[in-house]
Amino acid sequence: MSVSALKAGEVDTRHGTILYLEDVSVSFDGFKALNQLSLYIDAGELRCLIGPNGAGKTTLMDVITGKTRPDSGSVFFGQTLDLLQMDEPAIAQAGICRKFQKPSVFETLSVFENLELALAANKGAWATLFARLNGAQQERIEQVMEIIGLTEHRSRLAGILSHGQKQWLEIGMLLMQEPKVMLVDEPVAGMTHQEVERTAQLLLSLQGERSIIVVEHDMEFVRSIAQRVTVLHEGSVLTEGSMAEVQNDPRVIQVYLGD
Amino acid sequence: MVAALFKNDKAMIWVLVILAVISLFVPLCNLIFAPGSPLYFSAYTVSLLGKYMTFALLGMSLDLVWGYCGILALGHGAFFALGGYVMGMYLMRQIGNRGVYGDPLLPDFMVFLDWKELPWYWYGFDQFWFAALMMVLVPGLLAFVFGWLAFRSRVAGVYLSIITQALTYALLLAFFRNEMGFGGNNGLTDFKEILGFNSQSDSVRACLLMASGVTLILAFLVSRWVILSKLGRVVTAIRDQEMRVRFLGYRVEMFKLWIFVFAAILAGIAGALYVPQVGIINPSEFSPLNSLEIVIWVAIGGRGTLYGAIFGAVLVNYAKTLLTGWMPEIWLFFLGAAFILVTVLLPDGLLGFWQRRLQEQKQ
Repeated sequence: MSVSALKAGEVDTRHGTILYLEDVSVSFDGFKALNQLSLYIDAGELRCLIGPNGAGKTTLMDVITGKTRPDSGSVFFGQTLDLLQMDEPAIAQAGICRKFQKPSVFETLSVFENLELALAANKGAWATLFARLNGAQQERIEQVMEIIGLTEHRSRLAGILSHGQKQWLEIGMLLMQEPKVMLVDEPVAGMTHQEVERTAQLLLSLQGERSIIVVEHDMEFVRSIAQRVTVLHEGSVLTEGSMAEVQNDPRVIQVYLGD
Repeated sequence: MVAALFKNDKAMIWVLVILAVISLFVPLCNLIFAPGSPLYFSAYTVSLLGKYMTFALLGMSLDLVWGYCGILALGHGAFFALGGYVMGMYLMRQIGNRGVYGDPLLPDFMVFLDWKELPWYWYGFDQFWFAALMMVLVPGLLAFVFGWLAFRSRVAGVYLSIITQALTYALLLAFFRNEMGFGGNNGLTDFKEILGFNSQSDSVRACLLMASGVTLILAFLVSRWVILSKLGRVVTAIRDQEMRVRFLGYRVEMFKLWIFVFAAILAGIAGALYVPQVGIINPSEFSPLNSLEIVIWVAIGGRGTLYGAIFGAVLVNYAKTLLTGWMPEIWLFFLGAAFILVTVLLPDGLLGFWQRRLQEQKQ
């Protein structure tokens, strides 16, 4: 790692870790959704999170993106940015983007406009009133449409896209924000076999430049993309390792894969 | 740039042409032709149309917050009434010593209440420029403070609707009080002059219709420009997927606040144009029922098009003029029935229904 000086507000990943969660606990009405969970994500890695229903996967994403405040613990983005001091828009602008479980695109806007809104730019009210796309931004939107394979559908309304295309569009919207961390919640739920394969290729092609955390139930899909897998159970990390290691772990078999 | 505002929208061009005819042709004919000529429009028609133009502006401003941003504001009439009161204060100060009590400084109701001095907040309203500034600032500031508190605390949906209604009801009660210094129950009336001209004269009425129509057209074009900007798309996106917008890094509350304040200012201007045409402003303008009526205009005309709201406001008010003249007691039943029918059968309002029919015919 280079020891070059950081610009203000830049994410400090000189130790190779981009996301630190330590001893994070969240409880809803006495139910411990997260229980002293600790998790570290490396810069540029593709991590899969699995675990049975209620293991705390979505709550974990809520904590990282600022939607839920933990009762205790600390969450850092790089060495220096304390995510617990930031709200959702600030976290998103710092470079942590999230795809929701249910495809959340703007159905009354076109594919192009969906990507345009996601574009990394000044997102203040007055700035957007006078915003015009410059050449580089236009080109970036074209690029992303190419990556997610929706170039031909550019002026169609997002509402009439197929389920799979909506999921890709939302991934494209994350890319437009030039994120450092992408949180992807169940990207292949409800997809056909071919769509699942394309999504796997898409995510694999995106790793490296940014860290990607994928939450998924579809084990075949996880097997096809996973390098490192973290298994959550009852709000904390049960085990972590390669897919093979995890699959052979008797505790994992008992809580998850076995049934 | 102007061409981009139209985007081949034929209905919109028709609405603008009709508005231009109403706001220029009708008042000019009223002034030029003598009664009895086929091109003559009576003073009654002129003042009626002038009133409709201000209602249309009010309805369109609600469409910005409700139709585009999804905020069902049930107290939008409060901003209209505030703009009206500001204009009323200016008109009161123009009366001078021609009031019943002949006091050169104090309006009649203050003399009647035995007040000796003009309250500080009545200063400056003898100047039109100051009053004009306040027409924008007072509704805008109230919307800003209210919206800031509500949107930052993420009050939304039905709760927000209820507190907007509470806001206008609170203002209704406050303005009923004589101690407020706004004429209490009776409000402000007996106006004599506006900008030095007799406010009852036919030519002033014609000018007021012209001013209302031109203001409506300008406000429409500016609103259209706002809606077609990126800010407009963010606002629409908030209506459909608020959470997604927030996680894209937009401060949703600031966008809601922006559009809410903008709409409140338009409503205030509408109120200011309304008052000299009807010659009175009183607390009943704050009544929650008035605000509900605005919602009904927009629902009947069609949400999220701007001109749908204009059409709805004029149509419903024309029906109101006819029905209240003919059988006043059935008006509210008619309004309720029309609202239910439109909500159940035509969720996109009359214009939305009509446009869909046209599209189906094309196919």
